[in-house]
Amino acid sequence: MENNVEVKTVKLTAKDFASDQDVRWCPGCGDYSILAQVQRTFPEIINVPKEDVVWISGIGCSSRFPYYMDTYGFHGIHGRAPILATGVKLANPKLSVWVATGDGDLLSIGGNHFIHACRKNIDIKILLFNNRIYGLTKGQYSPTSEKGKVTKTSPYGSVDYPFNPTMLATGSEATFVARSIDRHTKHLQEMIKRVGAHKGTAFLEIYQNCNIFNDGAFSVLTEKETKDDNVLILEQGKPMVFGKDGNKGIKLDGFTPRVVDLTNGQYSVNDLWIHDEFEESYVRSAILSSFTETPGFPTPIGVFRQVLKPTYEQGLVAQIEDVKKKKGAGDLEKILFGGNTWEVN
Amino acid sequence: MAKEKEVQQLSEVTVRFAGDSGDGMQLTGSQFSDTTAFVGNDLNTLPDYPAEIRAPAGTIYGVSGFQLHFSSEDIHTPGDQPDVLVAMNPAALKKNLAEIKKNGIIIVNTDAFDLKNLKLAHYEKNPLEDGTLEGYTVFGVRISHLTENALEGTPLSPKEVARCKNFFALGLMYWLYNRPIQNTVDWIQQKFKKNPEFVDANTKALNAGFNYGEMTEAFTTRYDVVSARLPKGTYRNISGNEATAFGFLAASVQSGLPLFLGSYPITPATEILQYLSNFKNFGVKTFQAEDEIAGVTSAIGAAFAGNLAITTTSGPGLALKTEAIGLAVMTELPLVVINVQRGGPSTGLPTKTEQADLLQAVVGRNGESPVAVLAAKTPRDCFYMAIEASRIAIKYMTPVILLTDGYIANGTEPWRIPSVDSLPKIDVKFRTEKEGFYPYLRDDNLARPWAVPGTPDLEHRIGGLEKANIYGTVNYDPDNHNKMIHLRAEKIKNIENDIPELEVDGEQQGELLVLGWGGTYGAIKEAVIKARVAGIKVSQAHLQYVNPFPKNTGEVLKRFNKVLIPEINLGQLAKLIRSEYLVDVIQFNVVRGLPFRVSDILEKITETLGGKNGK
Repeated sequence: MENNVEVKTVKLTAKDFASDQDVRWCPGCGDYSILAQVQRTFPEIINVPKEDVVWISGIGCSSRFPYYMDTYGFHGIHGRAPILATGVKLANPKLSVWVATGDGDLLSIGGNHFIHACRKNIDIKILLFNNRIYGLTKGQYSPTSEKGKVTKTSPYGSVDYPFNPTMLATGSEATFVARSIDRHTKHLQEMIKRVGAHKGTAFLEIYQNCNIFNDGAFSVLTEKETKDDNVLILEQGKPMVFGKDGNKGIKLDGFTPRVVDLTNGQYSVNDLWIHDEFEESYVRSAILSSFTETPGFPTPIGVFRQVLKPTYEQGLVAQIEDVKKKKGAGDLEKILFGGNTWEVN
Repeated sequence: MAKEKEVQQLSEVTVRFAGDSGDGMQLTGSQFSDTTAFVGNDLNTLPDYPAEIRAPAGTIYGVSGFQLHFSSEDIHTPGDQPDVLVAMNPAALKKNLAEIKKNGIIIVNTDAFDLKNLKLAHYEKNPLEDGTLEGYTVFGVRISHLTENALEGTPLSPKEVARCKNFFALGLMYWLYNRPIQNTVDWIQQKFKKNPEFVDANTKALNAGFNYGEMTEAFTTRYDVVSARLPKGTYRNISGNEATAFGFLAASVQSGLPLFLGSYPITPATEILQYLSNFKNFGVKTFQAEDEIAGVTSAIGAAFAGNLAITTTSGPGLALKTEAIGLAVMTELPLVVINVQRGGPSTGLPTKTEQADLLQAVVGRNGESPVAVLAAKTPRDCFYMAIEASRIAIKYMTPVILLTDGYIANGTEPWRIPSVDSLPKIDVKFRTEKEGFYPYLRDDNLARPWAVPGTPDLEHRIGGLEKANIYGTVNYDPDNHNKMIHLRAEKIKNIENDIPELEVDGEQQGELLVLGWGGTYGAIKEAVIKARVAGIKVSQAHLQYVNPFPKNTGEVLKRFNKVLIPEINLGQLAKLIRSEYLVDVIQFNVVRGLPFRVSDILEKITETLGGKNGK
């Protein structure tokens, strides 16, 4: 791996990453928290010069994000952030390239670019602000809205099934898949740090409350009375325990997960699924992803999966170096005058 | 030894090879072209193949053709009507016969004229026997059988032996037109170096064909076309797609910028991606994207990061890239989009040529979205226009669309190779000074600074929302929008001061000017030459810049009483010229998926002049 670390004499702070632009999200929007956690963590996780950081986005509320970061930024067109980011990264692999995107942007119009970025394992970091609604167009159902969602374009309830973003990323073999929640600020900071440390396509789904068009979409996961029973915090090497006072756990029977009661003496923590985010196979990441669609199961947050494999741009650069070694540096004269030539005198 | 055969001198010949898609006609044609170029003829080719890769054998729709026009004079087209047809089966004969010159030569593989193939070609009777070919000089040759004989004892399977028959036909044609076989022998050795048995078989078939011409009584005459008087230099035969790839490679070298190509395979543009993917040792990055939109958008990202960024496509792909090109207009980034035009609309005629994407290129985007549009006129011109498109994109910080077409992309002609020293340098100025930096400052050319990520202290944000002039922040102010709309238009319009003026070939003023653009150059040129030989006064001008037009275009048009615009569309340049210059041009539009026939343009010239001969 190339060494891009430059010793900075001045330690950067959150403020160094804040641009001079007024933030224009609605008051109370979950995006404010995400911006704050990114700016707070960046001085710690950005181990390249600040000018090597690039934020890229598509279209939607979330995609205004780059304007508020004092880094290089590119506010692109709808759905295309991952591929715009890919072009930037391939042109200059030493850059640290981040994508801010929403559920409509990434999973509806931009679905193709998302799965192909994951497949190619390009070293870009994708933060999905998932609020399960179209905010910037003022409240239509999105590809992550639950079936039956009543919105302006589905007054009788939506009839389509939602995408499961971590399942999609897992199935596309993203090498890093994680989830967090806007209101769980410490956890979110932790996840952003993990994303920053990963080499390869890193996908972080962030549940983000849209207090105007889909308020309370994640309240069972954020409110004090309900969150313990509904959130499963994934920790490496730890059994999957959740619930008030840790009274419940997840047991894995073959490929079938089950919620078990730890208080009636039938099961103990020793019977539970031990989380291993570094497992090569993506099967367990898929099982974890399925929890959100299974009644009675908690919503996992944390790192679902992290594996390492060579990135696309590493492969591309290595190939260029390899061909240079074999053929020598390119000589235009040789190319033009190569092939079948003849002289006219 | 057969008696010495007569050699007849010809000044030019048009040959068409035709057979099944799997018969290797493209290969046969391109080998004949390379050898013909090598012996010093001027030449021009037209590969014409179906969109299906291997259509069922023997069918008419599965026929693949390769036409080649070669001469001892300067020529500009693949020829209107072939003098010679090599037909490997009945379908190839059926499909091509109508276009062969009366009294022309037809060489057929008689072994393929069995009942099954005749039926597939919808022949009720055998055309070799029922008088269909009366008036032609027909040579029936048992090409399959003779190839099998020549390869007796080979370890190849019967199927593999059958596939060598195109080399027999090629050998025979080499004999007939007095060309050496050595080039092709060398090529076979190179191509099949891992399979010595194929080298042996194909070389034997080639020799057998050549010797057959020498030995058989059927052929009494050989033909020769002596070398053309081409300017001194080193030459190679080149197609437009290859020249385009070389041009961008040269632009990368001459600008010192790494080349990034984001592309999705599409006929007939794919070859440019294929060629450029070979040049990894130049640091060229070719990225085969997931779709057309990804091709262009990855290139925009690469442009932002400081590469010479290009994307290649054809008509339907350009439609998909439309929104992203608008983003490059708004963010004012250098980007070259190459559109190898094909028959449309929709999927249209993927393997055929057309000029119907001109308006799409010039105005086909949402909003006022000006880009520079260039058009290459011949296969070799693609090289120079690729460099020119790169120069304009970088100097003016703008997307440039370079239009070529299926005909010049696949067609070949001899190219006098320029020395690298003679190529223009492309200046690149990356902004590095912090003092006074704003993302939308403008230089004398109205171009904004190129400040790439990684440059300390120039962190800034760009994007598709309207930007404040100079400062580059998001801005919705009505007057600012009006100003930016005008600035972007003015920037493109100003390019007219930086490109060559429109030149007139022939009388500088008079009765009739024939005005064309892009790949129709050769056909128009040849028609104009023929008209002059016939005593008609006519001038020609050809546009390689369609947005903006050369500065003197309006003035040139006004020097002629009539302006005729032949186009392979329904009058797209005519529309632009009328609206720009209020000149009531005369249109000539034939949209057959093929290059213009010289005779059609000549007829139109005569008709336009109404018997006045332009005097």
